[in-house]
Amino acid sequence: MASGNSAIRDGRLSVRIAYRLSNSFALEAEFEASAGFTMILGPSGGGKTTILNCIAGLARPDAGRISLGARVLFDSAARIDMPVAERRLGYVFQNLALFPHLTVAQNVQYGIAKAPAAERHARMMTMLESFRIAHLIARKPGEISGGERQRVALARSLVTNPAAILLDEPLVALDNATRSKILDDLRAWNAAREIPILYVTHSPEEAFALGERVLVLEAGRILAQGMPQDVLTTPRHETIAQVVGFENVFDATVRSIAETQGTMLCQLDGSATRLEVPLGRAEAGARVRIAIRAGDIIVAGEHPHGLSARNAFPGRVESMRRQGVTVIVMVDAGGATFEVHLTPGAIDALGIEDGKEVWLVIKTYSCNLVEPALR
Amino acid sequence: MDWSAIFLSLRLALVVCAILLVVGTPIALWLSFTRWRWKFFVESIVALPLVLPPTVLGFYVLVAMGSNSPIGRWYQSLTGHGLPFTFEGLAIASVIYSLPFAVQPMAAAFSQVDRNLISASSILGASRIRTFLRVVLPLSIGGVVTGFVLSFAHTLGEFGVVLMVGGNIPGVTRTVSIAIYDHVQALDYAGANHMALILMAFSFVTLSITYSLNRRIWAVWPMHR
Repeated sequence: MASGNSAIRDGRLSVRIAYRLSNSFALEAEFEASAGFTMILGPSGGGKTTILNCIAGLARPDAGRISLGARVLFDSAARIDMPVAERRLGYVFQNLALFPHLTVAQNVQYGIAKAPAAERHARMMTMLESFRIAHLIARKPGEISGGERQRVALARSLVTNPAAILLDEPLVALDNATRSKILDDLRAWNAAREIPILYVTHSPEEAFALGERVLVLEAGRILAQGMPQDVLTTPRHETIAQVVGFENVFDATVRSIAETQGTMLCQLDGSATRLEVPLGRAEAGARVRIAIRAGDIIVAGEHPHGLSARNAFPGRVESMRRQGVTVIVMVDAGGATFEVHLTPGAIDALGIEDGKEVWLVIKTYSCNLVEPALR
Repeated sequence: MDWSAIFLSLRLALVVCAILLVVGTPIALWLSFTRWRWKFFVESIVALPLVLPPTVLGFYVLVAMGSNSPIGRWYQSLTGHGLPFTFEGLAIASVIYSLPFAVQPMAAAFSQVDRNLISASSILGASRIRTFLRVVLPLSIGGVVTGFVLSFAHTLGEFGVVLMVGGNIPGVTRTVSIAIYDHVQALDYAGANHMALILMAFSFVTLSITYSLNRRIWAVWPMHR
């Protein structure tokens, strides 16, 4: 495999593009992606796929610069526009674009046609085995299942030893179990290579579960980028919360598991607060990430009794501000800050003001478990 | 029975189809993939032979080939003889006349190929030619075969253009359709009937064979478009 490995560690992907697609839509984005998963999160029509197409050379920005390590893929000022076939990228489309008339073996070998036959076959088999689809080599894409097709599409891209990988919602049609298995295989593959993987998704759960970095894109602009928790906490931005779907994200450690109850108890980092959350794939001691919508948190004026909700703990109002018909209240609970959304009527009824002691109530199923990335 | 006319027609049809594959495929590819805004002009020009009377087309081709035109003079200086009333002239005129019958089915088939497949091929490092041979052509082989058969059958049966450009020289430009016309003019209805039957039977058999092959090709691939 020496032929591809020499140039693998091309390094980071650096993107700066301006691209006016129509009178009403312009894409302007600047970001860097180093080894590992960078998630591009946003609603459809926000420009996510266009960014990938610009990087791959399928779309041509009006201005900007795209480089991958030392190689310049595109530079409007220097009039560089490297042909698609020379960019050495892996790109898995949303519809996968497997060649329907070719077998799995022919599909996977398509990108390594120049290698000698023996090497080609060896590389293909290694790749197929690591994605557990070696038994499918003689089949055509129409004759295998959806999950198997996703694996073939990934294998076809990865076998070329690309310098970066672009994934456009590649797993959107799959059930969660199949999806996380494929992602585990992908992570295992990348552990040895450490190339940038750009992963486009409109699912916040997926973005925060996988990403070492998250980019929030809406209407052609990057609203926020950084580590998942940073994206959510700095600076508070209404649109980000809308795009992301939840205002509260906490890293936590699993303390105990109640298998029969289908729940587990997690301790939030830097806080005494423990939350009961739905049972995930984690074990005691495992690191997890918990996301909670601000509108799902109930505030009580005194210790609540007789509730079905399993999480009730005291806190102190740190700050509050009004935004339209919503009052955004920040509550400190033993070192963890919760964002809570209340109506003005509720504020008056409870007499909430800065410094007031309150109780927060959260249902177990309002705690969305998103697994942190394996590092 | 005028066997030389039959063989001449077959030879002409094969030569024209071969040229059309070489000339028509790039035109069809270009028409399917270009985003040029004036593309419809080219589409109209390619489709013109569909609507023009063969005599009009034949007339202009004859004028363009004649010794008064630059093309005619250039060809004469190159080969020592003119284009009109030769097999070469006839072939050129037939190529133009049958162009839409080759280009349109091919362009329609090429346009049906999922663009993502073509992008995927490029991203995997394939050249344009490799992408065409390995992805576009196999997935649109039905359209290419149809274009080939239609232009073959069309060339075999043409009359007006042949008469205008080729005249009626036995063994050189006297095709089956001209021979049939001659027989009818001479009131030799039996002779005309023999040739017409052969032409009809041959056309029917050719079309049947290709369409049946074509159907099998489609039966293998229609999934997953």
